[in-house]
Amino acid sequence: MESGCSKKLLDLIPQEKKWGFIENQNGISHGSSEEKKLELKLGPPGEEDELLVSFGYFSSMKSNAKHAHNKFPPPQEDHRGGAVLAASWAKNHHHQPKPPNCSQKRTAPGPVVGWPPIRSFRKNLATTSKLASESPTSLPHKVANERNPAAPETRGKGLFVKINMDGVPIGRKVDLKAYDSYEKLSTAVGELFSGLLAAQRDPSADGPKQEEEKAITGVLDGNGEYTLVYEDNEGDRMLVGDVPWHMFVSTVKRLRVLKSSELSVINLGSSKKGKRVQN
Amino acid sequence: MSEDDERQQSPPSDLEFVSNKARNCNATGSGSGHPEFQSTYPDQVLENVLENVLHFLTSRRDRNAASLVCKSWYRVEALTRSELFIGNCYAVSPGRATARFTRVKALHLKGKPRFADFNLMPPDWGAHFNPWALAMAKAYPWLEKVHLKRMSVTDDDLATLAELFLGFKELVLVCCDGFGTSGLAIFVSKCRQLKVLDLIESEVSDDETDWISCFPEGESNLESLIFDCVECHINFEALDRLVARSPSLKKLKLNRYVSIGQLYRLMVRAPQLTHLGTGSFSPSDIAGQGDQEPDYVAAFAACRSLVCLSGFREIIPDYLPAIYPVCANLTSLNFSYANITADQLKPIISKCHKLQTFWVLDSICDEGLQAVAATCKDLRELRVFPVDPREDNDGPVSEVGLQAISEGCRKLQSILYFCQRMTNAAVIAMSKNCPDLVVFRLCIMGRHRPDPVTGEPMDDGFGAIVMNCKKLTRLAVSGLLTDKAFDYIGRHGKLVRTLSVAFAGDSDMALKYVLEGCPQLQKLEIRDSPFGDAALRSGLHHYYNMRFLWMSSCRLTRHGCQEIARAMPRLVVEVIRSADEEEMDDVVGTLYMYRSLEGPRTDAPKFVTIL
Repeated sequence: MESGCSKKLLDLIPQEKKWGFIENQNGISHGSSEEKKLELKLGPPGEEDELLVSFGYFSSMKSNAKHAHNKFPPPQEDHRGGAVLAASWAKNHHHQPKPPNCSQKRTAPGPVVGWPPIRSFRKNLATTSKLASESPTSLPHKVANERNPAAPETRGKGLFVKINMDGVPIGRKVDLKAYDSYEKLSTAVGELFSGLLAAQRDPSADGPKQEEEKAITGVLDGNGEYTLVYEDNEGDRMLVGDVPWHMFVSTVKRLRVLKSSELSVINLGSSKKGKRVQN
Repeated sequence: MSEDDERQQSPPSDLEFVSNKARNCNATGSGSGHPEFQSTYPDQVLENVLENVLHFLTSRRDRNAASLVCKSWYRVEALTRSELFIGNCYAVSPGRATARFTRVKALHLKGKPRFADFNLMPPDWGAHFNPWALAMAKAYPWLEKVHLKRMSVTDDDLATLAELFLGFKELVLVCCDGFGTSGLAIFVSKCRQLKVLDLIESEVSDDETDWISCFPEGESNLESLIFDCVECHINFEALDRLVARSPSLKKLKLNRYVSIGQLYRLMVRAPQLTHLGTGSFSPSDIAGQGDQEPDYVAAFAACRSLVCLSGFREIIPDYLPAIYPVCANLTSLNFSYANITADQLKPIISKCHKLQTFWVLDSICDEGLQAVAATCKDLRELRVFPVDPREDNDGPVSEVGLQAISEGCRKLQSILYFCQRMTNAAVIAMSKNCPDLVVFRLCIMGRHRPDPVTGEPMDDGFGAIVMNCKKLTRLAVSGLLTDKAFDYIGRHGKLVRTLSVAFAGDSDMALKYVLEGCPQLQKLEIRDSPFGDAALRSGLHHYYNMRFLWMSSCRLTRHGCQEIARAMPRLVVEVIRSADEEEMDDVVGTLYMYRSLEGPRTDAPKFVTIL
């Protein structure tokens, strides 16, 4: 069972038109050590309470042995469960790849596909309509990305955007509110992926990230092996660092770490709008 | 505004094929004693008379019953059925349907099971409209109306409808996908007799085609134009001109790209509207704030026939008072996209004395529901949707709201209620206060959550519902539930036709209780519950009477499902795989099975295995 579990976690590969979906695994024991190793974490190692599943949902696992079977521990205050992620199933005609849901632990109150049973067009009401009711005098910006699966979520205080890296199948999420400059973001991104990259290169590497870590630097200045780009609210791809930080935060929808060698191949900016990014 | 409403119980028309083959009827109504295979003159007269009489039979349940009387009645009924309803597009083939019913004017088809709406089914599973479109083009060139639910419709199919059916009048697409604005453009441009185009909760891809401009010039026959689900900009000027030349227009539901200023203009053009979807209900970005705002109140006041109001997609609550003039006449109000507070709701709802249908967000809190209960004494249908659909400990609505509604709205027939907490006491109260309940759907969003006051499972609450609500036909359960809840359902839910179960039950017994106890059960959808092969076997006596059974993330094995498939040849047993499952895995991710006269379908994608 456990090897099956590890295979599932690493198989969180967004693939074109492929429906990847982790079923509820009956019978996986709660909190086995093997699973704990495979849990993705954003915080420093040792903080067992914080779990970052691939799309950035924190869920606190509190073992509550009151009802042993068939029961999930009661969610914590900061638990972000629910099926908002099901909104990430693209509404588009051509179904976009989405990282599948990791709901194999019956005891973990993590997000579950299709639960609560709300159709996707009824989701995201919190973010869009809140704008309307909170600021009656200012016009609500027509949220063009209301149903965009890549739209950042403002849950509570954080502003989480997805970030993917070339060569790493598992996407992550970063909280942009936690940083106030490009430098800090760049460092965080570097740390975020270096461990994963190391694990990719040498599958036998396990445990803390100190060993065999190759720092990812230079994502902003074009000198490093990787470059950080982002997609803005108009769907254009831009280099990170060109606009003032606060403007970046208000328009960014998702981030990507690309191999610098690939940059020339990728169309930066939008051909529709004729927008060009000066490097 | 109804979703999944099934008002009629009917013996399936498809099963009659089976029973009629066995039928050996000599007796016709004539009493002539002639062997029925001789079509003699008196029999012919009788058939003509019958034909005239059966024309008046509209209910499909009655028609299905009539067709079973004898061959003569079967034949005549088939000739006179003008509206064909097929609850599962795979239960019968287009060819078989068109062979039996030769004079159909309206087709109503349903495709995917409901859980597909919640991403529990991979895309491209099936339910293609195309083979039906083609079959009907040959068999019913006079077809006027098509109503599809959860089907995959392509742009080509839309073109087919418009080009091959000259008198086509009504198209209703509910929860459909596969087409885009290009398809709509072709459809509206060629369909000259169009009266109704209703796109409801469907996914329409934006091919950036200005389909509104494609309606033909000159006076239009449009009576209903519903496109609130279409997520693309539209050409407002073209829409304005269209409304201006549609004197019969009664129903207009705009999408969120129509601003309140534009709404005003349309309302002034069409004060005869009975059903209005307001679009965004906020000003456009470009509108100058200093400009004179139109008299929205006057526009609403001019719509004296307005009974159904919806929209409010990006509402600015400041504009809400504009609708005061119509409140007293409203029978249906849909605020399910309007994130408004109790205080914003109260002045509106206090005027809505005639309200029968109310859809709302839980942002109004228990307090808002109390206000509804205080005024809307005629309420029949209530739906409370969550602003924030995630599992949490606290939510804005709770047992307090449900209790209030049960006390104030005694005529309630249908309820859908999303909440984070619920007590058995409140559910029991509703079961006693609202005896007319036909649909009870409670979604406690926290999985396996017990009664927060007593710590008990929710068994007694749902038990009371099935015991006290004698007309109940549809039930959705949630919260912490043991097998006992299902025992209650099996014992008392004798009229239940649709049952939805998620994260509930302890053992196979739960499913057994239901399969053995509920004779009217037609649609059973289950997810993430510990039911296995033994439970599945206990329903063998009943599966031919059901439209479908869905079980995902339960404890079924492949060989268990195989057993069922072998035992029941007229059942199509589909095992639907997720990406990481191997074809020969014994564990079954999703089981979807349904009766069919056609055997395994030929259009199944790779991730579906038909046993």
